[in-house]
Amino acid sequence: MHRVEARAERIADPWGARTPYGRGDDWPERVDLQLADGVTDDDVESWHRSASILHSNGDALDIAVKDGRIAGVRGRGDDRVNHGRLGPKDLFGWQANNSPDRLTRPLVRRSGRLEETTWDEAMDRVVARSKELLADKGPGALAFYTSGQLFLEEYYTLAVIARAGIGTNHVDGNTRLCTATAAEALKETFGCDGQPGSYTDVDHADTIVNYGHNVAETQAVLWQRILDRRAGPDPPVLVCVDPRKTPVAEEADIHLAPLPGTNLALMNAVIRELIERDWIDRAYVERHTVGFDELARQVRDCRPEWAARICDVPASDIRAAAEAIGTTERLFSTVLQGFYQSHQATAASVQVNNVHLLRGMLGRPGCGLLQMNGQPTAQNTRETGANGDLPGFRNWANESHVEELARIWNVDPLQIPHWGDPTHAMQILRYCEEGSIGLLWISCTNPAVSLPELGRIREVLARDELFVVAQDIFRTETAELADVVLPAATWGEKEGTFTNADRTVHLSEKAVDPPGEARPDLDILLDYARRMGFTDRDGQPLVKWSDPPSTFAAWQECSRGRPCDYSGITYDELRRGGTQWGGERLYADGRFWSHPDVCESYGKDLMTGASLEPVEYRSLNPNGKAVLKAGAYVPPNETPDDDHPLHLTTGRTIWHFHTRTKTGRAPELRAAAPDVWVELAREDAERLGIDEGEMVAIESPRGRVEAEARIGTSRPGVVFLPFHYGYWDGGAPDERPRAANEVTITNWDPASKQPLYKVGSCRVEKVT
Amino acid sequence: MKVDLAIERTAEAERELAEELLQVGARHSAEHDVFHITRTRAQVAQANLERLSRAAARYGTAVDREPSAGGGVIGTVREKTSELLGRRPEAGLLLLADLEQLHLRAARASLAWTALAQAAQAAKDRELLSIASECHPETLRTLRWTTQKVKEAAPQALASG
Repeated sequence: MHRVEARAERIADPWGARTPYGRGDDWPERVDLQLADGVTDDDVESWHRSASILHSNGDALDIAVKDGRIAGVRGRGDDRVNHGRLGPKDLFGWQANNSPDRLTRPLVRRSGRLEETTWDEAMDRVVARSKELLADKGPGALAFYTSGQLFLEEYYTLAVIARAGIGTNHVDGNTRLCTATAAEALKETFGCDGQPGSYTDVDHADTIVNYGHNVAETQAVLWQRILDRRAGPDPPVLVCVDPRKTPVAEEADIHLAPLPGTNLALMNAVIRELIERDWIDRAYVERHTVGFDELARQVRDCRPEWAARICDVPASDIRAAAEAIGTTERLFSTVLQGFYQSHQATAASVQVNNVHLLRGMLGRPGCGLLQMNGQPTAQNTRETGANGDLPGFRNWANESHVEELARIWNVDPLQIPHWGDPTHAMQILRYCEEGSIGLLWISCTNPAVSLPELGRIREVLARDELFVVAQDIFRTETAELADVVLPAATWGEKEGTFTNADRTVHLSEKAVDPPGEARPDLDILLDYARRMGFTDRDGQPLVKWSDPPSTFAAWQECSRGRPCDYSGITYDELRRGGTQWGGERLYADGRFWSHPDVCESYGKDLMTGASLEPVEYRSLNPNGKAVLKAGAYVPPNETPDDDHPLHLTTGRTIWHFHTRTKTGRAPELRAAAPDVWVELAREDAERLGIDEGEMVAIESPRGRVEAEARIGTSRPGVVFLPFHYGYWDGGAPDERPRAANEVTITNWDPASKQPLYKVGSCRVEKVT
Repeated sequence: MKVDLAIERTAEAERELAEELLQVGARHSAEHDVFHITRTRAQVAQANLERLSRAAARYGTAVDREPSAGGGVIGTVREKTSELLGRRPEAGLLLLADLEQLHLRAARASLAWTALAQAAQAAKDRELLSIASECHPETLRTLRWTTQKVKEAAPQALASG
């Protein structure tokens, strides 16, 4: 083991030095460390166990404390996820905790202005409005919009409050923007959410495919693992599907750059090749799946030449990718926003599941599939039902699941809304817009920057009739529009657990006190439950827990017997290291959670989102096999035209997370990417007479963004904007608009309801 | 043989479905999923019409393939209403009423396909049968979507506020 002190070089090379290893070997340790200026190991007073909170990889780390403040981080060499490594956001992002502009007191709006107040007054206002709306309009007038960055205990408490306390169906997380399609694709294929694969599949794979997944920038440590395999003996073949020349695309052996909105056409052609060339495991398909004939019929005419015309990708490249996928012994695939936030998101992502089923490559070392998450704790949002699903991957359409939940909570099953899918984020906003929702409680997220078509979002959040509660650690763009602002504690200042994209659960210890009067999110929710007086059917308090360990214990009971079963995982065990629920890999030997009695979902029509009836699912899949779902490609709803001749897509950079509330306050990260830019293809820039570094305006039917031009990284016809930038530290919607979502379209995938940030059209011109 | 009548009837039903889809979409443009999905489903209905018109030619008849998109004056009035209602809770009730109309149009088209498929079998017209068996599921898909949307919209429109 060697230690690496991170300094400026980790900005120059965010992935650090290679530690090559061969197939089947252990990934070598490399412990990354970053301490505040002038602080050495000897100065550190205590270390506290945690994991990364600025992406979904779940890299284990220890938080250093000196003089009651966080003074640095150190990767944990003994953890299964990262073997000591940290990405740049973790190395530097902790500094945001110490930022002088943290919220330290509650705020309430008086005569139009936000003013400091006491917790009592702030909570009384929230409770008074909640009770008034419940009495006048019923539970459908209250909505909760949470995050992918809180802890499991907080999400579970929120889910119980919203579902059993208030009894509203309007519960969602910003996970709707990042992992809703991951969850939906897994439900469609395997009957249930849950990542089949493991990061250790990288250690064994012969072919790795990243579908719309810029892993180098979104999960920097997973990318280091891939690079280390690529630098060692028997390196895996790397295939990348991405319209941009990302670091993954640069490294890949085969790079497919389809036009935005055409993923399903590409995937259907790949599936057709697998079937035509007989690169499929017929025995596996026969034993463990249903739906093969329909899938084969659907892709029958999807020749590579057909897809090549739609995607603008050479047919020979599609054939080469299909061959790499079809002839490998061990296939590892990951999928992310390039598929999830694009046209026909669920249908396209499901085809990646289908590839693994057709090839019989699941549940074995190197044969893995990860429908990735974007955020650090998004997995928990989904598991606990803070995204509106029923906790423990239960099925709202299965009465026995609802009854079981009602028993656990000791409430009437009718109190738990289960007449249909939960109201997704964009629909919640729509109900706020039309006025039928009167209270929107936003925790730990920033919709005033992160939702599409920001002009509309600002207008909705600013409505007089809508009472907005913002629970956050900074005075975000959203907090500025709120009626009550609740100052929260964050990572390092509170205790709790969270789970990464390969089901690894970590405990995050409290290292320091929160600033001022800021409170852990769990305490805020428990306080609300107490003040609201929620009771069970025996008149006892509905929420029977009081701190993180007792909340976790309640969750253990709720999850017992379900796929995400935490009953065998304890805080003590987690103090020894991260551990996966469900074992290293799910679905070994083709056993799925898809039997009609146990599955989380009966599935949807991928084209319209219409739910299958229980009886239909039962006849389709009586024995709990995996479902090979098919979908026909149709063109996107908005395509370039004379007025807006270019495709518009948005995305991430390695230096920032979400809307930069934390990473924008870490000096190194801020300096690495201080302001918005736009990426153009060289051909397009030349045609438009735009030079590198010039300010240009990007205009869509929704709005306008001004950004500095970077030339050469995008594919011809495609414009890319990073979405991290808002207005707390520069620009203004009217003067210098710089939030990418000023120009994005309001549209979502019919099945997963994930907003489509990566389809739409725009025009670009020089700012004069 | 009155297969030509069955073709004409199905075509008329699909055309009216396409028209209603476009009008409901325009009327509820503030419901973004309704707006986008109705347009996609209208395109599918039009594709069904295309295939029917080719079959019609074989039976010596012709079908009108183009739905009238805008809905003329009524369409404009509907769009204006949509803008006005977009910020009012009553929008949910109006949506339910329009979804009901849409559902009935889709059901009528579905029934027409059923009759046409039966006729094609009796007439031993393999080509017409394959058109019916490939197009009908798309009409059913639209029908089911209208049911789904009613399920989603009803609780908020009827039981909240």
